[in-house]
Amino acid sequence: MRKHTIFVFFVLIALLLASCGQPAATEAPATTGEQPVATEAPAGEKVTLTIESWRNDDLQIWEDQIIPAFEAKYPNIDVVFAPTAPAEYNGVLNTKLEGGTAGDLITCRPFDASLQLYDQGYLAPLNDLPGMENFSDVAKSAWITDDGQNVFCVPMASVIHGFFYNKEALDKLGLQEPTTKAEFMAVLEALKADGTYTPLAMGTSDMWEAATMGFQNVGPVYWKGEDGRQALIKGTAKYTDEPYVQTWTDLAEWAPYLPEGYQSVKYPDAQVLFTSGQAAIYPTGSWEISLFEKDAPFEMGIFPPYLPNAGDTCYISDHTDIALGMNAATAHSEEAKTFLEWVASQEFAGLYSNALPGFFTLSNLPIELEDPLAKEFLSWRDTCEETIRNSYQILSRGEPNLENELWRVSAAVMNGSLTPEQAGQEIQTGLDSWYEPSQ
Amino acid sequence: MQPTAGRKSFPTYILVFLAPAILIYTIFMVYPLVNSLRLSFFAPNAARQEIFVGLQNYVKLFTDDNFAPRFRGALVNNFVFFLVHVLVQNTIGLLLAALLTSGIKGSRFYRTVLFLPTVLSVVIIGFIWQLILNPLWGVSESILDLVGLGFLFKPWLGLPESALLTVSLISVWQWIGIPMILFYAALIGIPDELIEAARVDGATGWHVFWRVKFPLVLPTVGIVAILTFVGNFNAFDLIYTMKGANAGPEFSTDIMGTFFYRTFFGQQLQLGNPSMGATIAAMMFLIILVGVLVYIFSFQRRVTSYEL
Repeated sequence: MRKHTIFVFFVLIALLLASCGQPAATEAPATTGEQPVATEAPAGEKVTLTIESWRNDDLQIWEDQIIPAFEAKYPNIDVVFAPTAPAEYNGVLNTKLEGGTAGDLITCRPFDASLQLYDQGYLAPLNDLPGMENFSDVAKSAWITDDGQNVFCVPMASVIHGFFYNKEALDKLGLQEPTTKAEFMAVLEALKADGTYTPLAMGTSDMWEAATMGFQNVGPVYWKGEDGRQALIKGTAKYTDEPYVQTWTDLAEWAPYLPEGYQSVKYPDAQVLFTSGQAAIYPTGSWEISLFEKDAPFEMGIFPPYLPNAGDTCYISDHTDIALGMNAATAHSEEAKTFLEWVASQEFAGLYSNALPGFFTLSNLPIELEDPLAKEFLSWRDTCEETIRNSYQILSRGEPNLENELWRVSAAVMNGSLTPEQAGQEIQTGLDSWYEPSQ
Repeated sequence: MQPTAGRKSFPTYILVFLAPAILIYTIFMVYPLVNSLRLSFFAPNAARQEIFVGLQNYVKLFTDDNFAPRFRGALVNNFVFFLVHVLVQNTIGLLLAALLTSGIKGSRFYRTVLFLPTVLSVVIIGFIWQLILNPLWGVSESILDLVGLGFLFKPWLGLPESALLTVSLISVWQWIGIPMILFYAALIGIPDELIEAARVDGATGWHVFWRVKFPLVLPTVGIVAILTFVGNFNAFDLIYTMKGANAGPEFSTDIMGTFFYRTFFGQQLQLGNPSMGATIAAMMFLIILVGVLVYIFSFQRRVTSYEL
């Protein structure tokens, strides 16, 4: 009897092991799909393309607006939008690509995350894709090899930094949209003296707001946008230089106008503070448009980053954020290219920018926007010089990581625990420790 | 034990009973642990292949300008985190257990209520406490105002000098139920005769506690201390929930767990560094191992356990 039971147990364990091993065996055929097999679907047969993305918020927009518009034009291609949670996207995508189970089209994160995928051969080069000529060099800079030779994703959208404000609050005190720094500080001072509104809605607890919505928002006007950014990459400019120290000085000057206890105020707190009408001005970016228009019961206005002196050229951070590339191992490369070509077209540019107000197409083709705030954001492209966040290209490859360090020191400057000079020194020392051109 | 037991042949059925547990434990615990230790001796080369580098990762962790200060900071913070738990959580836990066993009215109710936070999700705890301490709409400032202490309010979670202490105390608040229930179990295990005998001999309540009860729960004190140690040096979730992987402000809430996470998985534009992450994980393992060994050899073997 006992022997019998032992036997049964071992059989069970053997079965368990066998079932554990099985998925590996069934996965094997899938990996052979890595080589682009020449078995293209015969003409007339429907092909299904799958899009990998982290934009699960946009699922409905893709399913209801974008994909139907494409399928109406190309009836023999089915497109499926299959997003993953943003925080898991990079990890999940890497695993899928390694296992050969990733979708045909890959939504590209800007800069190094996608560059790494291209270097590993997971993303196909798209140099000769028709429609690529519709994008400027700045637009393509996030998805191009360091030597500028190979583009591997079609730029989809950017976000523009600026300030939102509560029109009621400014009107009540008879204040105008500020254009220069002096005017900006005067508006803040007037709001503070009045006391009804928190002048500036922002906290430093999450740190990235200080860097992204503070430093990268008002800084480009000091470091002259692309000139300054390129100079940092070439190593001819340093974070200890006057423009950068000046930017941090500005942030330190904002501190008295922030909500009480701003050191532990988080991003959602600041958003609610503004949309509930308790704060007057909110430094941020165009991605807030949909949420704010939904939540804020008052009339909102926007103004671009202020100028040091009246009449100076204005600079905006028009940050490349999202693009679409092709899985090098896709079995349907022709159809995938057809889709990407359409993504580079004017039709997609208009559809996407209108469906997601605040995410602007990077295409040079003219589009008509319906949302007034989005329209105003976009109009700054005509009047101001554009640049992207200066830590994103190349400079965040080493340790310590420049972007993380910018978060830390920018928050510390606003908290008063670092001086602007110390902040510049710490950033530059960190960069010098690994980045050769700056040494 | 039957004296005949040793004569029997090895009971093979024990293997059968252990097999599923050993199998699962090996696949999901032992193998990953060993593999992670192995990874700490490797580093990627320019072609992104893993090559054996010996102790180079450890040297880097202890001496490199990027890693050494963060490692020291995380280690020191982790010890502070642990000390707060030992001093506050375990003493209050013991006190509460003593109160609960003293026959106080409604002790069952309090026992449940005090244990409740332990079963809640860390995310909920983090969220609730952030709301309570929120300088914009939190209740803590108004509560302090009620007793005329409003001027004491600070955004504690956001200040470098108080953030770690605040997070530690929130963690204490959450986990206090564990030492409390362990002490409670040990205290109710003490036979009444002992206490009655002490009373007859004229001992006061204070004396009874320190001379009779405390020596009897001392083994539990050790167990609670080592559980706290292991838990604290593995801690991660609460700080990640409340302060993110960057453990701000100025790394003041950075502990080994967040340092490991940031290094291993990367952060925003920082790509993950699995081999350095594995090195940090190996150090965490080593610290916990040393702590447990110290406990076993210097405490558990020396402390007198009384058979009751």
